[in-house]
Amino acid sequence: MFKILSELFFTFAKVGVMTFGGGYAMLPILQREVVDNKHWATDEELTDYFAIGQCTPGVIAVNTATFIGQKNQGIIGGIVATLGVVFPSVVIISILAGFIASFSHLPLVINAFAGIRVCVCVLIFNAVLKLWKSAVKGRLALIIFLVVSVGSLLFDISPILFVVIAALIGVGLVQFGYIEKEEKK
Amino acid sequence: MIFLRLFYEFFKTGLFAIGGGLATFPFLSEMAVRTGWFTQSQLMDMIAVSESTPGPLGVNAATYVGFVTAGIPGAVTATVGLITPSVIIILVIAGFLKAFRDNVYVDSAFRLLRPTSTGLIAASGLSVAASAFFDTASSEAPGISISTLKPEAVILAAVLIVFTRLIPKTKKLHPIVWIGFSAAVGVIFNFGNVPM
Repeated sequence: MFKILSELFFTFAKVGVMTFGGGYAMLPILQREVVDNKHWATDEELTDYFAIGQCTPGVIAVNTATFIGQKNQGIIGGIVATLGVVFPSVVIISILAGFIASFSHLPLVINAFAGIRVCVCVLIFNAVLKLWKSAVKGRLALIIFLVVSVGSLLFDISPILFVVIAALIGVGLVQFGYIEKEEKK
Repeated sequence: MIFLRLFYEFFKTGLFAIGGGLATFPFLSEMAVRTGWFTQSQLMDMIAVSESTPGPLGVNAATYVGFVTAGIPGAVTATVGLITPSVIIILVIAGFLKAFRDNVYVDSAFRLLRPTSTGLIAASGLSVAASAFFDTASSEAPGISISTLKPEAVILAAVLIVFTRLIPKTKKLHPIVWIGFSAAVGVIFNFGNVPM
């Protein structure tokens, strides 16, 4: 019990320290650490957690950590994984707090992060391709993917709206008989 | 009692800021005015720093404000306050999910939520791309156009795609290797257009 909890804590601390750019930049790291290395969740579950995280309060990284910890070790697992993911931020920011105003103007920091941003784009691109197989099945799913990605990029539409509408369409498909109610996976 | 107030203020922010990250900033801005714990310009610095340190934006901001207000205990109190509501809500939802996972309505909803959340992730990648591949702050012609395209960024991206997708040996390397590599390339080739 203690061993698995400390594993949860340190794995999520690792994810926290490697997440540059917040939120979705965490996805490629999560895929590597949590899906490929530890097998604590599947790619499919990660997309589910991200969708739920969009319409619940709080930071996506925290929500995802809580979900995976809870799935693994119940409530205490959820709490431990969450503390793990925020731990590096607390340490790093406390150290930097003294000279925080000048930190982001350092040429070294500006140039390094201009490089990191390119990398984060490529990593997110890879992550989306990896999710594609399990997440975008069929014509309706493809249309939803295109509408959401273009819509949220070009217009200032809240992600919550997309998530709620997609869920309602899903429920409607069953209600109006497009999907058999008895159908079981 | 400063710690109770810190906890309470950040608990409220964590409860009402939906959608993560930047969603916390309107609340923090209002908190700055009301409590006087920190200034608007400190908040602006915080956004800049959050973009240049690891970790979620909302958590970084809570830590910073807590630290400025009451040192390390303040940083911990504010961060715990911020994450407490979402931890409670997610634990409740996770319990429900377990119970209703086989429900045909829930299953059908999730089948359409997956392309939705993949679409949101793709859009976030593309919005990072705008600032990664274009010199959006260019003095002559700011914005996204052929003249502001950064060829060095395109070359780096092409190299990264070859290493992370095509070459079997390097494909398996941890993503942090490529983040470190790109940071070094950015510094050596002056990606930010700032003289060192």
